[in-house]
Amino acid sequence: MLAGVLLLLPPVQNSIQKQRLFGLAACGAVVVVAVLLMMKSQVSGTMLYVLGDWQPPFGIVLVADRLAALMVALTAVLAFGALLYACGGDDQGGRFFHPLFMFQLMGINGAFLTGDIFNLFVFFEVLLIASYGLLIHGGGKHKTRAGLHYVTLNLIGSTLFLFALGMLYGTTGTLNIADMAIKITQLDAAERALAKAGGMLLLLVFGLKAAMLPLHFWLPRTYSAAAAPVAALFAVMTKVGIYSILRVHTVIFGAGAGELAHIALPWLWPLALLTLVVGAIGALASPGLRILTANLVVVSVGTLLIAVALQTPEATAAALYYMVHTTLISGALFLLADLIWEQRGKAEDRFVLARRMRQPVAVGIAFFIAAMAVVGLPPLSGFVGKLMLLQSTVAWPTIGWIWPLLLLSGLAALIALSRAGTSLFWRCHGDPLPGEPIAGIKLAAVYLLLAASPLLVIFGGPMVEYSQAAADQLHDRSQSVYALLPEGYEP
Amino acid sequence: MEAVYAFCVGLLTACGVFLTLRGRTFSVVIGITLLSYAVNLFLFSSGRLKLAAAAVLNSTGDYTDPLPQALVLTAIVIGFAMTAFVVILAMRGRADLGNDHVDGRIPSEESALHRHRGYKS
Repeated sequence: MLAGVLLLLPPVQNSIQKQRLFGLAACGAVVVVAVLLMMKSQVSGTMLYVLGDWQPPFGIVLVADRLAALMVALTAVLAFGALLYACGGDDQGGRFFHPLFMFQLMGINGAFLTGDIFNLFVFFEVLLIASYGLLIHGGGKHKTRAGLHYVTLNLIGSTLFLFALGMLYGTTGTLNIADMAIKITQLDAAERALAKAGGMLLLLVFGLKAAMLPLHFWLPRTYSAAAAPVAALFAVMTKVGIYSILRVHTVIFGAGAGELAHIALPWLWPLALLTLVVGAIGALASPGLRILTANLVVVSVGTLLIAVALQTPEATAAALYYMVHTTLISGALFLLADLIWEQRGKAEDRFVLARRMRQPVAVGIAFFIAAMAVVGLPPLSGFVGKLMLLQSTVAWPTIGWIWPLLLLSGLAALIALSRAGTSLFWRCHGDPLPGEPIAGIKLAAVYLLLAASPLLVIFGGPMVEYSQAAADQLHDRSQSVYALLPEGYEP
Repeated sequence: MEAVYAFCVGLLTACGVFLTLRGRTFSVVIGITLLSYAVNLFLFSSGRLKLAAAAVLNSTGDYTDPLPQALVLTAIVIGFAMTAFVVILAMRGRADLGNDHVDGRIPSEESALHRHRGYKS
């Protein structure tokens, strides 16, 4: 069905032009397919693709429900923007940029679409090994050092993932997510303790990918060291972690899990809030635009984790809307930081006195839009997303914690970004450095990603409806669990 | 058998954790390798340990769970690729950074002070 289109073979031609053309065409095709998939999942409900026709719960299945379709579409749009930007010249820093990019895309899409928890691990590894290659693309000291940390951490993460899978398989005897959600309710006390340990280990692993508080230290350095299009694509990788937490801890360890219901919540709460705080402090202390953007990614992760921790359909819907917005905008900000870097010569992207930029207007407008969207000022999408999130928490006892922290993190982002904007665009002296103007294709890529923010507001109605429907589907066990198993299946 | 098996897995894990916490890339690589051995054995045991039983359904009805074996196979392949990658990266780090510490610099009091000032070094 759709998998055939997504498992794109990497282009193996020698000519960079052919690779670019093929890559862009492939990305465009994925965008189209993903949007069609979204529409189809909205109309006809969840779709199953049973690999090798081994019926669930035994075979491996690919599941395209509304949530997965939304995430795939988001990835596709972001990847298209990043690839377009890379075609402006960044893809020539190393040899295998395009094939690795496609592998990474396949890994991310696969992780979103799989309905089998071991397959999730395999797709994680696919996207990770591609990301290792992409991270050191271009070479250099910083990249090697960041890459070494990143690879080591993720290898340990993968090992823990396998331990968790072993525990869950050992107790429930299945790897299918839907089947596991049923079997988890039927365990006896001793097995339940093991399954709980497995579930918490999974939270740890996904928290590492998502950059949750004690596990987020790798993120700012890694993201700021990576080449711009790579960093932009990485903006969706933390969301893979959030998505997995959402999937595993809502479907398997969600409200229907009997004794094991909501085991992650006591941990998720404080960690989400602290992630938000630490991200905001990091943003205020950032010396350059790339690090600032990376810290804003941590802030957005904190915000999303709060919504996940609420475990209500409304909060999940808000999280989905906010996730689309924040991924695209942070991707755009990474690209923008690179544009600014190019134009400022030795000052790079640091907030110091430097020469004037060559095209301050084009870059400045883009920065202004991005900053407004990130901070969450009306009329852009960040405002809608935060509003939805705040509304969904109204009835909660923890509201006294959520509201001030969320709003203060917005203020911190506002201060940090205003400081960045004034020092980047206004604190300058002398004539701009001579050099080429920015390639049109790069600016086009940045504006394409930024256009998502107003579009998310203009088409806000359908978008909110869709995310609400996706969240309802995820929280409704008859749709997220029983619909994925054959009729009349008795565990 | 179970006790010995569990002891081996535990010992491998403990050694792996200890080695990954060291500062030099070589011991970290060895630690990761040990950890992946431990996890492979652990996965294998998740289908319950059985002696002299085939991994396929047969007429006698005595069989072991074949699925963990498939999982272990996948995990071995992936782990192998990852280890190869991290070894190459460690060698590149040795060449680029001039030493084999994970942080890319030889720890000393001065650099510890330096670290507090921000990411640039």
